[in-house]
Amino acid sequence: MSTPFYVSPQQAMADRAEYARKGIARGRSVVVLQYTDGVVFVAENPSRALHKVSEIYDRIAFAAVGKYNEFENLRIGGVRYADLRGYTYDRDDVTARGLANVYAQTLGGIFSSAAEKPYEVELIVAEVGAGPEDDQIYRLPHDGSIVDEHGSVAIGGNADQISTYLDQRHRDGMTLSEALKLAVESLTRDNNGGERTLTAEQLEVAVLDRTRPQQRKFKRLLGRQLSRLLEDTPTGAAESGATESGAEPEGSSEEGGAASSES
Amino acid sequence: MEANTRSTGRLPAAFLTPGSSSFMDFLASHSPGLLPGNRPLPAVKGAIEIPHGTTIVGASFPGGVVLAGDRRATMGNVIAQRDIEKVFPADEYSAVGIAGTAGLAVEMVKLFQLELEHFEKVEGVQLSLEGKANRLSTMIRGNLGMAMQGLAVVPLFAGWDVDRQKGRIFSYDVTGGRSEEHGFAATGSGSVFARGSLKKLFREDLTESQALTLVVQALYDAADDDSATGGPDLARRIYPIVTVITEEGFRKLTEAECSEIVRAIHERRLQEPDGPRAALL
Repeated sequence: MSTPFYVSPQQAMADRAEYARKGIARGRSVVVLQYTDGVVFVAENPSRALHKVSEIYDRIAFAAVGKYNEFENLRIGGVRYADLRGYTYDRDDVTARGLANVYAQTLGGIFSSAAEKPYEVELIVAEVGAGPEDDQIYRLPHDGSIVDEHGSVAIGGNADQISTYLDQRHRDGMTLSEALKLAVESLTRDNNGGERTLTAEQLEVAVLDRTRPQQRKFKRLLGRQLSRLLEDTPTGAAESGATESGAEPEGSSEEGGAASSES
Repeated sequence: MEANTRSTGRLPAAFLTPGSSSFMDFLASHSPGLLPGNRPLPAVKGAIEIPHGTTIVGASFPGGVVLAGDRRATMGNVIAQRDIEKVFPADEYSAVGIAGTAGLAVEMVKLFQLELEHFEKVEGVQLSLEGKANRLSTMIRGNLGMAMQGLAVVPLFAGWDVDRQKGRIFSYDVTGGRSEEHGFAATGSGSVFARGSLKKLFREDLTESQALTLVVQALYDAADDDSATGGPDLARRIYPIVTVITEEGFRKLTEAECSEIVRAIHERRLQEPDGPRAALL
């Protein structure tokens, strides 16, 4: 019989945090940016079936990095939480703040419980409001803390570097195409300062679009529409900026219908 | 894990248990009291008077399907509500119209909408149209105890079948029995008259706007002969709820569009009160 070694609480927590961080750092990053009409989520994800970005409720979406089974579990828990709350009270009573709180308690409980292994996940919960100033973005690290974010945020392997890059370049009132291109630029920068290229096939992109006529504001950008937004040349974007904002709701609802029929 | 999930603000264990993609299954395991079928029923003698919704009609055309309902709810011989809405979108590609006990029907629709949305969010794909129709069947069957006491809910379900690329209509009975209707269907107290009207006016090659006129004609005829069905109320601007589902998804006609159809029909009926005549032979 060996006597267990004494481990100080500080050391135990530091070890758990280290373990979770390492797990998260192995994955590709996800970035979330505000733009004029809502919030755009961009993830590097070659899989069409395993999503990193998903819909939770009418105006709320979820993005995650880390271990798939763990964040998938949290996502389904979140959908159940939101649907049950909306069914019990009203659809307006489901808020990102409430959901973020529940996630924080859940992650925090798991992180500090000695009986469980800490979750190797980092989440973002975002809600689109009536105007850009009402948008909410919450980042939830593995240990159960909540960070209220504005403008842009990155999670995952290379998050620090990408965040710095985004902070310097993101501004209020970007169009979807501008925000999307900035997001992709930030994702293509890797650890050693080199650059890779990312094609539309390697990206998972979704938006919470406040101009969508439907109650559910979440929409995936797929195929042609995504390539078109990525290829918009800067001069063209400036020109078409005005026309695009007028024409977009019609086009997007149409493509939204097509997208949901495909998926 | 179970021990520390109570009153800590954490998601309860049931929320994080992998399992069914059905919201109703989740409710059944987590908070069965919220499920409509799980309430104990007191014994009552005789009929109780509560609002009832009446006539729903549907018809398919080559590019989709239309579903419409009148606006009246009755309570015995009293008009309980003259602007009730009885046709709802179930999801992007289907709609449900309800006849029967209004309160229970509205709750059933709310749960049905949520059931479809929940599945779509969890699984990432929509249920097939057959799957949706079967789900509704299960819900009606769950209400059988109430139905036996006179609180029946009998919906009509219509949708665009994405796989077969056509509009389809399903009708139900109180036991949840489901049957697919070809061409047109009606349910509720005025359905007898509506069906007669639809039978004489329906053709396979209707355009979308003809199909819209057809269902409003049928509702007009139902209101003509059934006291529980409300006709278009031109003075109060209360028109039937008319919806259409095509490849592009669900669309509810605006008040202006409904008004246009209703007024055209009304104008013709001032000359021919019984409506259009079918050929005798």
